[in-house]
Amino acid sequence: MEAGAAAGKLTKRTHSERRLGWLLCAPAVVAMLLVTAYPIGYAIVLSVQEVDLRFPEEGGWVGLSNYESVLTSGLWWQDLFNTLFITVISVALELALGMVIALIMYRAIFGRGIVRTAVLIPYGIVTVVAAFSWFYAFNPDTGFVNQLPLIADDKAWFGERFSSFAVIIMAEVWKTTPFMALLLLAGLTTIDDGLYEAAKVDGASAWQRFWRITLPLMKPAILVALLFRTLDAFRIFDTIFIMTRGAQDTESVSILGFNQLISRLNLGLGSAVSVLIFLCVLIIAYLFVRGLGVRMAEGRPGT
Amino acid sequence: MTLVAVLGAGALLVGCTGSDDEAGAGTELTFFIFNEPSGAYQEAATKCSQESNGQYHITFEFLPASADAQREQLVRRLGAEDDTIDIVGMDIIWTAEFANAGFVEPWSDADAQAVTENVFDSVVESATYEDTLYAAPFTSNTQLLWYRKDRVQQPPRTWDEMIAEAERIGPAEGLIQVQANRYEGFTVLATAMIESAGAQILAGPTEVALEQAPTERALEVLGQFARSPVAPPDIDTSTEDTARLSFEAGGSSFMLNYPFVYPSASENAPDVFEQMGSALYPRIDADKPSRPPLGGIHLGVSAYSNNKDLTFEAIKCLVQPDNQITAATLGGLPPVREDLYGTKELDKAYPGFSDLIKRSIDNAAPRPLTPAYTDVSLAIQRSLHPPGDIDPQDVGSVYDDLYDAVDKAVQREGLF
Repeated sequence: MEAGAAAGKLTKRTHSERRLGWLLCAPAVVAMLLVTAYPIGYAIVLSVQEVDLRFPEEGGWVGLSNYESVLTSGLWWQDLFNTLFITVISVALELALGMVIALIMYRAIFGRGIVRTAVLIPYGIVTVVAAFSWFYAFNPDTGFVNQLPLIADDKAWFGERFSSFAVIIMAEVWKTTPFMALLLLAGLTTIDDGLYEAAKVDGASAWQRFWRITLPLMKPAILVALLFRTLDAFRIFDTIFIMTRGAQDTESVSILGFNQLISRLNLGLGSAVSVLIFLCVLIIAYLFVRGLGVRMAEGRPGT
Repeated sequence: MTLVAVLGAGALLVGCTGSDDEAGAGTELTFFIFNEPSGAYQEAATKCSQESNGQYHITFEFLPASADAQREQLVRRLGAEDDTIDIVGMDIIWTAEFANAGFVEPWSDADAQAVTENVFDSVVESATYEDTLYAAPFTSNTQLLWYRKDRVQQPPRTWDEMIAEAERIGPAEGLIQVQANRYEGFTVLATAMIESAGAQILAGPTEVALEQAPTERALEVLGQFARSPVAPPDIDTSTEDTARLSFEAGGSSFMLNYPFVYPSASENAPDVFEQMGSALYPRIDADKPSRPPLGGIHLGVSAYSNNKDLTFEAIKCLVQPDNQITAATLGGLPPVREDLYGTKELDKAYPGFSDLIKRSIDNAAPRPLTPAYTDVSLAIQRSLHPPGDIDPQDVGSVYDDLYDAVDKAVQREGLF
């Protein structure tokens, strides 16, 4: 009884608080709806029509036939594979490197500010500019890479599929590892130093302390970092666009969408590709958030 | 403090706009075109603005250097019915697309006649869609075969001769430079080879031609070349510029490229320049004339311009013969008017090869004329790139891929 009354009272208070919360959020929600929901809705509407700017007289509702064209095309599946390939490899490398950099930044005794700032520089560079620098570095005509020992002088990096992938992934990793490191550093700082001291007293080695204390306690931070970077990496566009424009079978789904929308001006087909990319991103986010929720519950004491 | 600063900046901005207006008299016409480095287009625009007696003055908005990137910016603006564009600087391959989309205005018969007088048939064809002229030819372009006079006795007439000659010289000095990155330049190469073999890409805006025997013959030669030791190591990523740079570096004996490489070599590589010879684009079969690539710029009137009549007037002035000569002498851009070849100025702009350029443009094959041109170009690139994957002994499957892809492209089905 007592508990029930308390709950009722709380509900009333919560109710008014919630109302205030909604009112305070309303401007942001309206702005979000205008700038995100409207374009997404418009893309969905376009994706079930035949719209081609070059053929203004044609058009009309075509149901799901644009989706059928995309999903029955080998190109979509090929590009989806390419995108997942780049995503998995680059995010895995970023996680490993990011962890090392985060540990260094955390342990740095002197020059902490300088180390942290220096590490962040690549992330501050515009992606297109970073892509151009890597492109020119590996270009046989202008680059220094082919002058290095053990590398053939006339190696055409962008003339072949896997060397193209290698440069694209390197550029991505170089640019976004700092972001990963920063998120991981935030996770590291939440760990109580007392735990390490207790472990040391019990005779745990450095490796055991990392494996048994740091990693489990950082799990939520790691998963958040992975989620952000996976969603980001899945939409890769700039780097590929600058380096190969999708040639040598390095095309990503975003480049595919761009080709239909901007090169072909086929808005119906292009919107179908965009909506499918959106769905892929939703699925990835859903899988992560579900995984995240489960693990956070596991980590909670008493459950 | 901040408020004062903002107000100050505002006053400054107003000041700027005021002084800008005084610079040119009459209606402002905005010309969207790539930034032609020699300034020949600006010179023509300044001259026409002055001659208009205060009716209009032309200002420029520059587009990127690559044709693909130019088109992307233009179609995004035109698709959104942007009324700030008046004169559209169009690559010759966009005519059908822009016409069908309603992006550019058709030309009246009288005006069309005026701006196509003495213009090469191949060029007029590329500015025409469904028997109507949609843009005024301004400057043309074509590819020649450039070769090293110190290494080659006589320029080869066919691809086979060229490959044999290059192999005799050896890959250290005998490379053949082309454009085979997966971009528009590769479509240019493949189209020129297929058309030189006697086939056509399209029979109509929605109809594939690609006659089997000649197309397969062209694919054979393309595969043979790409697999030969004299194909450059970076062939799959080569562009007009990488080809030029490699040729200037001295390791190549042949290059297919536009005439801009000639003044460039004289500036960057005088030793190579001394030995540079030019000839007609190579044939596929010895008994059939080659069909060299055709390039160039047409000027269209934006359908969303607020000053269409004045824009037509301005374009009629811009394409005047003396402006074409300026473009040739300053920028090395070949005129679209046949009657200008053989003049003193042209012989000076193209020492010893102005007649060659004329013949090349005369024989040139326009790229497929269809509103779905981009789709066709992507289809050609996707099915033939990388050219080294074409097995010259067995081109049947590549031919089938090409045919299917181009057919899908003109029907606008599937993804590219």
